Amino acid sequence: MKRLNKIYTILIFLFLYAPMVVLIVASFNTGKDITHFEGFTLRQYGELFRDSKLLPLLMNSLKIALASSLIATVMGTAAAIGIYRMKPKMRAAILTVTNIPMTNPDIVTGVSLSLLFVFLGALFKINGVLSMWTLLIAHITFNLPYVILNVMPKLSQMDPSLEEAAMDLGCTPFQAFYKVTLHEIMPGVISGGIMAFTMSLDDFVISYFVYGPNFVTLPVEIYNYTKKPLQPKIYALFTLLFAVILLLMMLMNLFQARGEKKKQLSRSH
Amino acid sequence: MKKLTALFAAAALTLACCTGCANLATNATDPGKQDATGDQGALDGKEVTINVYNWGQYISEGDEGSMDVIAEFEKAYPNIHVNYSTYDTNETLYTKLKTGGISVDVIIPSDYMIGRMIEEDMLLPLNFDNIPNYQYIDEAYRGAAYDPENQYSVPYTWGTVGIVYNTKYVDPADVTGWELLWNEKYSGKILMFGNSRDAFGIAEAMLGYSLNTTDEQELQAAADKLHAQRPLVQQYVMDEIFSIMENGEAWIAPYYAGDCLFMMENNPDLAFFRPEEQGFNFFLDAMCIPKCCQNKDAAELFINFLCKPEIAGGNMDYLGYGVPETAAKEFMDQEVVTSEIAYPGAEILSHGSIFMNLPTETLQRMEELWLWAKTS
Amino acid sequence: MKNKSSQPPAKCLRNRKQRATTFLFTAPYIIWMCVFILIPLGVVFFYAMTDANTGLFTFANLSKVFSPAFMKIFGRSIWYSLLASAICLVIGYPVAYFIARQKPSVQRTLYLLVMLPMCMSFLLRTLAWVGLLQDTGIINRFLGLFGIGPLHLIRNTGAVILGMVYNYLPYMIMPLYTVIMKIDPLLIEAAEDLGCNSRRTFQKVIFPLSIPGIVSGVTMVFVPAVSTFYISQKLGSTSTTMIGDVIESQFKTAYNPNLGAALSLVLMVLIFVCVGIMNRFAGSDTEGQVVV
Repeated sequence: MKRLNKIYTILIFLFLYAPMVVLIVASFNTGKDITHFEGFTLRQYGELFRDSKLLPLLMNSLKIALASSLIATVMGTAAAIGIYRMKPKMRAAILTVTNIPMTNPDIVTGVSLSLLFVFLGALFKINGVLSMWTLLIAHITFNLPYVILNVMPKLSQMDPSLEEAAMDLGCTPFQAFYKVTLHEIMPGVISGGIMAFTMSLDDFVISYFVYGPNFVTLPVEIYNYTKKPLQPKIYALFTLLFAVILLLMMLMNLFQARGEKKKQLSRSH
Repeated sequence: MKKLTALFAAAALTLACCTGCANLATNATDPGKQDATGDQGALDGKEVTINVYNWGQYISEGDEGSMDVIAEFEKAYPNIHVNYSTYDTNETLYTKLKTGGISVDVIIPSDYMIGRMIEEDMLLPLNFDNIPNYQYIDEAYRGAAYDPENQYSVPYTWGTVGIVYNTKYVDPADVTGWELLWNEKYSGKILMFGNSRDAFGIAEAMLGYSLNTTDEQELQAAADKLHAQRPLVQQYVMDEIFSIMENGEAWIAPYYAGDCLFMMENNPDLAFFRPEEQGFNFFLDAMCIPKCCQNKDAAELFINFLCKPEIAGGNMDYLGYGVPETAAKEFMDQEVVTSEIAYPGAEILSHGSIFMNLPTETLQRMEELWLWAKTS
Repeated sequence: MKNKSSQPPAKCLRNRKQRATTFLFTAPYIIWMCVFILIPLGVVFFYAMTDANTGLFTFANLSKVFSPAFMKIFGRSIWYSLLASAICLVIGYPVAYFIARQKPSVQRTLYLLVMLPMCMSFLLRTLAWVGLLQDTGIINRFLGLFGIGPLHLIRNTGAVILGMVYNYLPYMIMPLYTVIMKIDPLLIEAAEDLGCNSRRTFQKVIFPLSIPGIVSGVTMVFVPAVSTFYISQKLGSTSTTMIGDVIESQFKTAYNPNLGAALSLVLMVLIFVCVGIMNRFAGSDTEGQVVV
């Protein structure tokens, strides 16, 4: 039974990774057709680095992801702390609104924001309102709930008397907040921030509705790419991104493993 | 042929450079060159970015040794940066502009869409003092019905619509007319236009109606025709068509002749057929400046640059569409220029008809019927 | 995890200063959410209720949405995504269970491997499926070596559902894993000691305890699946059009934002109802979301 389950899990992983293998193999193909491997080449990587368009778009994506996740993390963490201290009724109401962008399909969120932006743009006569700023706003908006939902559980796990104890011991409220509360909820803040970052980096649907021609992100351009005869350098980019993310995840794994060991050690002492 | 084309394009480029230099040295009145220096002064060397919004696969981008038109432009005008993006149908372009929120400087819609945009006051009149190369545009392409006074548009290309099919799988006896797209024998291997106007055009041509009909019953009949075709259609496509036809995933598709030539170079099994008796669409795409433009002078410089015979020649050589300037043809592969597909003779063209702008109600009705035909 | 939080330290609220900081902390967020969530939904409602040409109030858009043609597409979208959610649940559960029963270090690695595909462009991954499945694709080329086929694997309902399952399976595995991992092994041992065989242990202990994860997973698969437009465009046929395709076309090609807004509005209400039912079914309201 156990072995069966193992084989089964391996099969599912094969299913999840097969298409990515296809793309990675295609990046080394001399031919253009993804279905037909004609020979090995690194030419596509050269093409990718000569390409003056794709790499700046990757930078755009990174900029938006970094800025939006940072802003969302700060605003969301503060909000989570505030919400946590509210009266239950008020809290329930705010959490319901928080849940809207999570439950709403991306296409509706994208459409609603684009209608708003265009409406405001027409109202205030802003030429070219769809820009980096609208993308940033949209990304912050859909990132916020991820941060809040990651921080809230940490807050409720925290012993409320900790902060008071700190103040009794002579901390100012600010110190108590900074040294105790923030420290306690940090894992939630970090995981929320990371989640927001990845969500933002890979978002296509919402960006597709609120981007302007002056500032395009990589997923949006990939969509335009997939409508044309595909240029294989996009596979090279995919492969490189895959390698980077795999590396990051391995590092994260290592980091966590070490952290856990430390914890175990300090506990046993 | 592809390689040949590429080689020729490279040769054309060197030639272009040489003539350019020669002109500079000997002939200061050459308009192409004159404005190049003159207008740079007009922009005061100011750094500007223009947003050019064009059809996908509709400019030579330097692939396989062809001319990189935008790079050439940026080389000629170092202070102007071109931000190039693409759309796949006239309707997408229209929607994008109508929805608003963006600023675009140069667009290249087709005939009927230009008419619609003029009517809805979406375009700016051009300052032809900034576009001296307009002189190269052949008389035949000026004063078209959509822009009778030549105020808003500068022709970019022209072409016709026909059927591209795979000779390996399609029986020549079946290639009789538009009904090939309705042939059940090839169910699942047929592609269809992914935009309402071109799709309706085909159905109307087949039914013997005018391609510009506003008659409700005729529209309904055309929609019924398209609706009946839906089960046979593999996909409704635009720019996606290239790879699908080239690798044999689909066998029959209606498309623009220039792009068909392009596909035929990549897959020698493909052939082109134009149902002349039934009628077909003849189109003209032209460069315009929309109202949301922010750098009109630079946009006009860009349009002017594309009209330069050597640039237009190198560009169309790669694209395979018809060039509206006789002067440009000397910079092109003679094989393309003499091709019946890209440059059908006057007799054939007399069977074609150009799309006109239609009343708003007709367009909305068509859009509704189109949605119905392809989804339900 | 749920009830601990519902009793905030009430005495904190007594302090006026703290109330002020609470307000200060939350205000930016509340303002942000009002402006960029609630107002945009209001704008959608406004567009759905106005006429494209005259800008006057009308029910015409909504009544078009409720025409049989659109209702069929709505029905199809819901049916496909329910099917995809169910398949994800059935094939994802054993995987989540397997991962949750490994050593912590293996668990972490496997979990990251489940997450990794989510970080890669879903457009390209879906496109890879086209390359795999099409008549001239990799699978058919392979089968062709043995003289089989070509099989018709793409542009049918099955391919669309496959695309959904492939894309959203990680969204199912993650919450399932989270809840299964948290089940106290002692509980399982106790059940076994009390004479349950492994099937009964699963039925009586593990499954009931993993219901929040199931609800969360199903929601996370269902919502993006029901509104997708890329998967059906690439893998579907001309008779698998989904509601996402129609909405996209209204905003991107057909220039009918009013009809598009009406469709979005109905889709939104529909999803809230579906999610509400699912949560009610699980006996929890918002908790399903937090498990992630």
